[in-house]
Amino acid sequence: MNTQNNTSLTGPELLSHYEDNWQTAMGAWFPAERVVLRGKDLFTELNDYSWMEYILFAVTGKHNPRLAKIIEGLSLLTTSYPDPRLWNNRIAALAGTTRSTGALAVSAGVAASEATIYGLKPIKGALNFLYQAAEKKKQGISIEAIVKEELKAKRCISGYGRPLTDEDERIAPGLRFLAKMDADKGEYLKLAFEIEDYLKGTRYKFKMNIAAFNAATAADAGMTADEYYHTSTIAFIGGILPSHLSTLSKPEGTFYPLSVDRINSTSVTKRSWVN
Amino acid sequence: MSSQDKKDREQITTKIWREEAEPDNPFAATASYCAGYDVYGDLLGKVSFIEYLWLLFKLDPPSKAQVRTLEGLAVALANPGPRDTSVRGAMNAGVGGSTHAAALIASISIGAGNLGGAREVFTAMQYWQQCGTDIDSWINIIKNPPLYDTGDVWPEMEHTPGFDPNGASCPKPVRQLLNHLANIEHNDELIWLQSNRLLLEQQAQSPLSFSGIAAATFFTLDFKPEEAEMLFLLLRLPGAAAHALEQERMGWNRYPFFGAGLTLTDDPGPSTKK
Repeated sequence: MNTQNNTSLTGPELLSHYEDNWQTAMGAWFPAERVVLRGKDLFTELNDYSWMEYILFAVTGKHNPRLAKIIEGLSLLTTSYPDPRLWNNRIAALAGTTRSTGALAVSAGVAASEATIYGLKPIKGALNFLYQAAEKKKQGISIEAIVKEELKAKRCISGYGRPLTDEDERIAPGLRFLAKMDADKGEYLKLAFEIEDYLKGTRYKFKMNIAAFNAATAADAGMTADEYYHTSTIAFIGGILPSHLSTLSKPEGTFYPLSVDRINSTSVTKRSWVN
Repeated sequence: MSSQDKKDREQITTKIWREEAEPDNPFAATASYCAGYDVYGDLLGKVSFIEYLWLLFKLDPPSKAQVRTLEGLAVALANPGPRDTSVRGAMNAGVGGSTHAAALIASISIGAGNLGGAREVFTAMQYWQQCGTDIDSWINIIKNPPLYDTGDVWPEMEHTPGFDPNGASCPKPVRQLLNHLANIEHNDELIWLQSNRLLLEQQAQSPLSFSGIAAATFFTLDFKPEEAEMLFLLLRLPGAAAHALEQERMGWNRYPFFGAGLTLTDDPGPSTKK
């Protein structure tokens, strides 16, 4: 059992206790011998897991092949767009056109996927909102009041509304996939659509975007906001990698070059530096 | 391309920068202006790096005192030393022979966090914005920190920002930096921090840290929290780069691996094939 979390030490004594002493139940490599993750031997107990089952087991401690398949399916359908104009993908594409490396391109793309107008912030925010909304609904608070309170606090509803376009074309194929998996009738998914129905009739005209849809699916599977966030950190790689490759195969420096007159300067007029 | 097409092209709008094209190449600038100053025709040779850094963020030249203050902070932050987690990240990249960009990315990713990192500076700056030099407000916010938004991607702050939760007394270099910066004219908030340090440390039950002084300094220089976060990330990179290269040259076998330092608490033991 891990006893380090129970220590009452503080300050330098706490650090001394941990010096060269990392006790963990998560995992380790025994050189030239074996590997263990969460108490299971990689080579003999986890060897038949799919990669997503392994990731999900690492994050949640549970082996859940059905949920792994749902996460993988939704990542494929909803966060793997190979368009090099999308902001996170474009970073990988720019890294390609400047002939940087694949790992640098992908890691920068993944880091940027923790964005506000798309990506990981709405992903975590949407699940958090749905959990809070469900709790409030249970207490008898109306959808209208729940939404208004959230809008007042945050000026937006995570998972609703979208840059560039209102409609989210991913909802329909996502629903077809969930139906195939018999995962389309959950309470949170129902709630997510109820919230959309309300918002559509307001002056905001927000429609549900895929963040709310996927978050509702995660909630119906019982994932915590943190578990869902961590499994989602790799969800965008399917779009980032092809975007990087698309620019590598063209002459260097040719991905959307900008001529000088593409800068619209609102700078002050010319002046001289005085020391 | 017609002139109408040219007009319809999307542009990057910026207050910071202006360019003029070379006559033979629309994709190369013959002159670049930062906040109105000709970078290569005027600033070069006249401006210091710190002055230019200031200009990029503020769009107006700094005073002498502001330059001395930012310069002092920049020197203090440039190398947190090889025990610092952000530098260790860079050295890990170094000993493994990772790309040099990966070393700096590692340093930035680790040094971005709530513990001694740029996000701590950001949050501490918000405290400064809220409390200024009102000690009662500080005592109140330390006792009653802002509610955590569970939907945020950043983990919850586990200590008072700007103070070292694993510290004992305030280390001498931290005090030396504060003394240096407080002695520069117009740094009233830093003088206030110097006078109230012990009381604040008592309330936070931990000593002031470099990130706390960084936040106070950025506040006194009138930077916004997000500007402070960026500058803190940037200013700590030189040490990370130098240490990464040094360890790269020496190799992984002269660098700690903590070989005997890990205990697996739920080890199933060597297993026969199941």
